[in-house]
Amino acid sequence: MAKITKEDVEYVAGLAQLSLDEAARERLVGEMSNILSYMDKLNELDTSGIEPMMHVLDISNVYRDDVVGPSLDRETALMNAPKSDGEYFLVPRILDQE
Amino acid sequence: MEYEVVVGMEVHVEIDTKSKVFCACSTNFHAPPNTNVCPICLGMPGVLPVLNRGMVEATVAVGLALNCTISRWSKMDRKNYFYPDLAKNYQISQYDLPLCHDGWMEINLDGTTKRIGITRAHMEEDTARNVHTIGVAESGVDFNRCGVPLLEIVTEPDIRSAQEAFEYLTRLKQLLQYLNVSDCNMEEGSLRAEANISIRPVGTEKFGVKTEVKNVASFSGVQKAIDYEIVRQRQVLEEGGTVVQETRGWDAAKGVTFSQRSKESAHDYRYFPEPDLVPVIVDEAWEKRIRESLPELPRARKQRFQDSYSLKPYDAGVLTASKAMADYFEAVVTAGAQPKPAANWIMVELQALLTEHKQELEDCKVTSASLAAMIGLIDDGTISGKIAKDVLIEMFDSGRDPKAIVTEKGLVQISDTAELEQIARDVLAANAGPVADFKAGKEKAFGFLVGQMMKATKGKGNPKIVNDILRNALSRV
Ligand SMILES: [Zn+2]
Repeated sequence: MAKITKEDVEYVAGLAQLSLDEAARERLVGEMSNILSYMDKLNELDTSGIEPMMHVLDISNVYRDDVVGPSLDRETALMNAPKSDGEYFLVPRILDQE
Repeated sequence: MEYEVVVGMEVHVEIDTKSKVFCACSTNFHAPPNTNVCPICLGMPGVLPVLNRGMVEATVAVGLALNCTISRWSKMDRKNYFYPDLAKNYQISQYDLPLCHDGWMEINLDGTTKRIGITRAHMEEDTARNVHTIGVAESGVDFNRCGVPLLEIVTEPDIRSAQEAFEYLTRLKQLLQYLNVSDCNMEEGSLRAEANISIRPVGTEKFGVKTEVKNVASFSGVQKAIDYEIVRQRQVLEEGGTVVQETRGWDAAKGVTFSQRSKESAHDYRYFPEPDLVPVIVDEAWEKRIRESLPELPRARKQRFQDSYSLKPYDAGVLTASKAMADYFEAVVTAGAQPKPAANWIMVELQALLTEHKQELEDCKVTSASLAAMIGLIDDGTISGKIAKDVLIEMFDSGRDPKAIVTEKGLVQISDTAELEQIARDVLAANAGPVADFKAGKEKAFGFLVGQMMKATKGKGNPKIVNDILRNALSRV
């Protein structure tokens, strides 16, 4: 039985701000269900004696000292902006909130 | 039905590191838009954030001051959401393993002490600032604020009144300022408070549905918003309705909260460990080093003010309410003033001037040295306490040296007995009526005659000498 419903796909797509057509939704129901089934496969392993891995890297405590370094000049910072007024990045007007 | 309010607070405070939390850009609030930015805080793909050691140490310091347990092992996580205040569509924060957890802070209200539980204090990055004044169709985004280190402090739902919430926020701000980790400037947004508010019938355990009040510009605003929500929620329940779980804003002008996000999709942030940042391990030695470097905290300082300067608990409390004022007081004393008059001049006259001019002590032109000098002028009899009030106003306005003001305006107190005796004779001669009254036993007439003496000396008569001379002169009438 599929582990993922079409509603689940819709929901996740909504969170990711993707709009999917019917074919893509169908396909993803299958693909995402397969991924979860694979996770079940992993769950068959006995991991009771193994400490949980909290992070993929085996190193810790890498820090920068609190020292100010150079920033980009504004022109460079705004260079890739789809739209700007020379000071700000411009985005479609934000309604709601604040 | 009797209801009680249940409040939990979430406070976001920007930590005063010099550079941002994951990159070397400056945190300077006043820089022109988009000048403190780099590929990391702009959220460019492929960059590598590296955590600022200063942020870790500041967070641990706050955690210790809040009696928290410091996690030996902690990590950063990604909180995923779309909003034009973060270019990379996630905020780096901490989810299930915050750096500090399970602490408490004491508040005092009406003589009783209460502990407010601290659920957690965790590290995250601030977001960009959105500007809505650019045009009709567009909003501007300034990434200077994006990546400024942000500490989120969350309480247990232990607060039971708007006043307790106010007191909690006041104490928390005081603590943060003493720790020197933030200026806590609410106007510039370096401290932001949100209240989760619900009500329940007195005697019941189950929490009611809560509303979250956000974007309140002051602590008194938070207090008023909570009081407003208590009334509003009760009314909803009494009319048979249900409280809607939602975010509400606070309209300070109208004094009401209002529903803020109607069409909001469910919060589903899909947190996962931030793969670009490695775990934070604070071992015992590091924690100990930070603990030993903690400055004197408000409670200890208040006690010391009582012990070392013989101040009353109330006065010591007022003077240590802000670190700035406590530092100022100690500087005045170090500059040679006696603690008691120093305390009084600061708490009463100087504070009145600050309040009247809506000024912060930090911006005050009266330096600790000049206030000490002014108190010295009273001590050595150069000016009277009454004249000193005028001198202080002048110092407050101009920042000038008290001695210079006194000399220039001819405010030096008249202590010359011969001169005062002459004035006394003149006053008595001109006021035969009151003199007769005094002789007839009306002590009140004496006050009037002192007033006439002060008037004749333009307030510069040394009050004690004026009194003595007047009594003497009257006895000879
Ligand atoms: Zn940067």
